[in-house]
Amino acid sequence: MRYKDYYQVMGVARGASQDEIKRAYRKLARKYHPDVSKEKDAEEKFKELQEAHEVLKDPEKRAAYDQLGADWRQGQDFRPPPDWGKGFEHSRGSGGAAPGEFSDFFSELFGQRSPFGGARSAGRAGRGFSAAGQDHVARVEVDLEDAYRGGTRTIELRSPEMTADGHVVVKPRTLRVSIPAGVTDGQQIRLAGQGSPGIGGGPAGDLFLEVMIRPHRHFKAEGRDVTLTLPVAPWEAALGETVAVPTLGGSVDMKLPTGARAGQKLRLRGRGLPGQPPGDQFVLLKIVLPPDSPAARQLFEQMKREVPFDPRAEFGQ
Amino acid sequence: MTSIDRILEGQMLDETAWLEIGEFCAYLHVERQWVVELVDAGVIEPRGPVPEAWSFPASALVRARATARLVNDLGVNLAGVALILDLIEQRRQLERRLDELERLLER
Repeated sequence: MRYKDYYQVMGVARGASQDEIKRAYRKLARKYHPDVSKEKDAEEKFKELQEAHEVLKDPEKRAAYDQLGADWRQGQDFRPPPDWGKGFEHSRGSGGAAPGEFSDFFSELFGQRSPFGGARSAGRAGRGFSAAGQDHVARVEVDLEDAYRGGTRTIELRSPEMTADGHVVVKPRTLRVSIPAGVTDGQQIRLAGQGSPGIGGGPAGDLFLEVMIRPHRHFKAEGRDVTLTLPVAPWEAALGETVAVPTLGGSVDMKLPTGARAGQKLRLRGRGLPGQPPGDQFVLLKIVLPPDSPAARQLFEQMKREVPFDPRAEFGQ
Repeated sequence: MTSIDRILEGQMLDETAWLEIGEFCAYLHVERQWVVELVDAGVIEPRGPVPEAWSFPASALVRARATARLVNDLGVNLAGVALILDLIEQRRQLERRLDELERLLER
């Protein structure tokens, strides 16, 4: 296993006071909390932070950790000393925040079967949560095309499991999950019994997948409706031409209204994400001038001479 | 151990899925009183006149779970959580709007 430098994780000196540790935790927790953070790898960093805090906030655990010495480096190959925990046999039950999700290093030194173990493992939960059947919540990013057609996604999870000798180890687990057609941003998929195994014979928890639709290059999804910004030539808008419009289900022809305006929103009913009822596709018109050329310039000059038009008439003189 | 060859079919919790309070508590492994406190603080909004008859949209599960994490990890009280979750939602909407405007400018 690899040594964890908890002081480095928390950004405090080895001699930091308990108050300094508490302040460092609060500050970094606000920065990396997965619910609020926009930082990259926030979830991973937050777990590391929680693990470090779990040890350093507890004077006994911290003292035992400090006894390992200051010469270890983060990530260095590590084996616990044979006399680990000597003198701490009566310090059980100080509680913890999801030890099962922590590193092997933590499990071995401070986990359930360590001299510091015996703590409840109710998970990261608020008041009122019971100890049984820890649920897993995972976010799954889905492309809009997959949300339209449906498909399968392979999901990698890290789940705590109890070994035969009572140690908790974190094992990677791979699941293939069906993503139903018409799934939208923020929806959840519940997979009963796919959470953590129950402790002490309790039922397994559930796995809740929170769906996030990845931003699409062209389409913007809102619920089951999608919006596409469609560039059109001035004459297509003016003459009310029929134009090809991409939709999630393929290209369709759409007749523009004569004299269509920039910013006008047209609806293709039922062309959004499938469902009961299916969503619509909105087409937002954007009028685009042709690139500058002698021919284009000549025609614009002709319009200037022959078409009386003041686009700023509403401003008056 | 689940085989990778098996494709798991889950239960969709979409906007049509309303959960009775008992079911809601069971999904979260929480006591009813905690849910009442969440409602009182404005974190989640029920449908129905009295707690016994309350039901919640599936999206309230996401807010309730986030509440448990924020209370536990950051020491925020429930009024603070309600504010944080509302601000996160506003931030999300603004990010989408920004993304949309940036795309319009790119073209």
